[in-house]
Amino acid sequence: MSTARRAGLRLAPAWILIVASFAAAVGAQVWRDRQTPPPAPIERVLYLPDGGVVERLALSFDAILADVYWVRTVLHFGGVRRGDGPKRYELLQPLLDITTTLDPLFTVAYRYGAIFLAEPPPGGPGRPDDAIALLEKGLEASPGRWRYLQDIGFVKYWWKRDYEGAARAFKQASDVEGAPWWLSSMAAVTLAEGGDRRASRRLWLSLLENTEDDWLKQDAVRRLRQLDALDQIDQLEEIVAQYLATSPPTPYTWEDLIAAGALRAIPRDPDGVPYYLGPYTGRVDLGDESRLQPLPVEPLEARPMPST
Amino acid sequence: MGTIGLIAVNAFRESVRDKVLYNLVFFATLLIVASYLVGQLTAGQEAKIIKDLGLAAASLFGLLIAVFIGIGLVSKEVERRSVYSVLTKPMSRTQFLLGKYAGLALTLVVNLTVMTIAIYGVLAWMEWSSPANIKAAWEAPALDPALLKAILLIAMELLLVVAVALLFSTFSSPLLAASLTLGLYIVGHFNADLRNLEAVVDAPVLAAVAKGVYYALPNLAPFDVKAQVVHAQPVTLTYVTLTSLYAVGYIGALLALASVIFGRRDFK
Repeated sequence: MSTARRAGLRLAPAWILIVASFAAAVGAQVWRDRQTPPPAPIERVLYLPDGGVVERLALSFDAILADVYWVRTVLHFGGVRRGDGPKRYELLQPLLDITTTLDPLFTVAYRYGAIFLAEPPPGGPGRPDDAIALLEKGLEASPGRWRYLQDIGFVKYWWKRDYEGAARAFKQASDVEGAPWWLSSMAAVTLAEGGDRRASRRLWLSLLENTEDDWLKQDAVRRLRQLDALDQIDQLEEIVAQYLATSPPTPYTWEDLIAAGALRAIPRDPDGVPYYLGPYTGRVDLGDESRLQPLPVEPLEARPMPST
Repeated sequence: MGTIGLIAVNAFRESVRDKVLYNLVFFATLLIVASYLVGQLTAGQEAKIIKDLGLAAASLFGLLIAVFIGIGLVSKEVERRSVYSVLTKPMSRTQFLLGKYAGLALTLVVNLTVMTIAIYGVLAWMEWSSPANIKAAWEAPALDPALLKAILLIAMELLLVVAVALLFSTFSSPLLAASLTLGLYIVGHFNADLRNLEAVVDAPVLAAVAKGVYYALPNLAPFDVKAQVVHAQPVTLTYVTLTSLYAVGYIGALLALASVIFGRRDFK
């Protein structure tokens, strides 16, 4: 028998002991976990809530730490949004603040972060003011970034319905050296037709056509689909109103309208989810499962006049 | 090959024997695993995060090698008493010290070169495998040569840290030398605050002293241009050259001081 083989055989009991001990430890843990209830989920906390402190402690590793906080931001936003628990996004703003303090040039953190913050509940915290503040922080770090001003304009237009403010932001963006020409026309359209659904469509189309970022393109497509849904809901409510005027007051369903010949099939939103029909009110809305929820709240003047 | 060269090659071989370069395996694994994971978690920021991670890991691993090998360069020889036999050879103590420094510098440069190849390898794969719409949103191309500026300055910073570690190892114990070197590394990143002290306190004498300390201590913050290159911000060649010259000057001063201290040391 060779020396190496003899040495291997000599060590065999030790290896068996190592594997057996480890298996026993894991087995005991599994057994114990089955006997005891699972621990309560760990509360989400920020151990260091101040971005300035984290930045000082990071030494020369601030950029990679910013990435870590950005991943945490995405996980927090996605986790709360998709999870079954309460839709509380209380860590979103501080996480974005720390991320952008650690890496003041982190464009995506400002732009996506503003979208996350402005999104109304339950899909987001519904904090457009925080979104604007985040973008303004980005502007302080990179004054030449017209896209931040453009995003401020969008937040003001879409979520705050501040059309003058939005027009001002688009105008400021167009004044930045190197900004595209269409921003000035965007400012004019916003001012002249603020709140109008066609103007909204034009704004989102221009963003869709002029952004290189795939994620922002997807967001613009979603907004355009929401506008399509708003148009479809208006048309459907008209059809339902006509049906209600001629039928007895009972709970209504889409099937009743199809049987009466008012519709050919159950109407679906641009994402393919059936619309909801209020059985007594005749109100049409997106289905609970629709990914286009929630629709933006429009000012009254933005809605098309009901046909007489 | 001169005396310094011979000692340097021996110091390099010793670090290879001590399995220092094993960190490269960990580094490569880290990069490859991260490149798989980041795509799922970072909303289109894969290239940025791989660059950040690669540069930060290169800097951190290099720092650990510089400090923990650097402090043993001299003290280990003294502890093992091999310094007696080495110094009986026809060489000066300065040559011995410079050779040791050059050996660890060579280890760090080889280490950093392999890491750079690994970073560019992963980025090349990312460039090849990412669709055009994802690449369009990247601030800088994946295979941006500007990364080399950040890597060069990381190398210069590490060479300076080795010189600090070597200086401390000539007169103190390994534990104390490691603490002092790490302490100076941290202070080196806060150093710029001393320069601006006059704006915070209304005491001209204190401000002048602080400014003196600012120039005396190593200023390491300027070596960190990682964020700038990743965001495609300009880092001029003049900046890189002046920062490298600063490192060369400071290293020269530290090695000279280490040589004086080591030359006067009594090994009895």
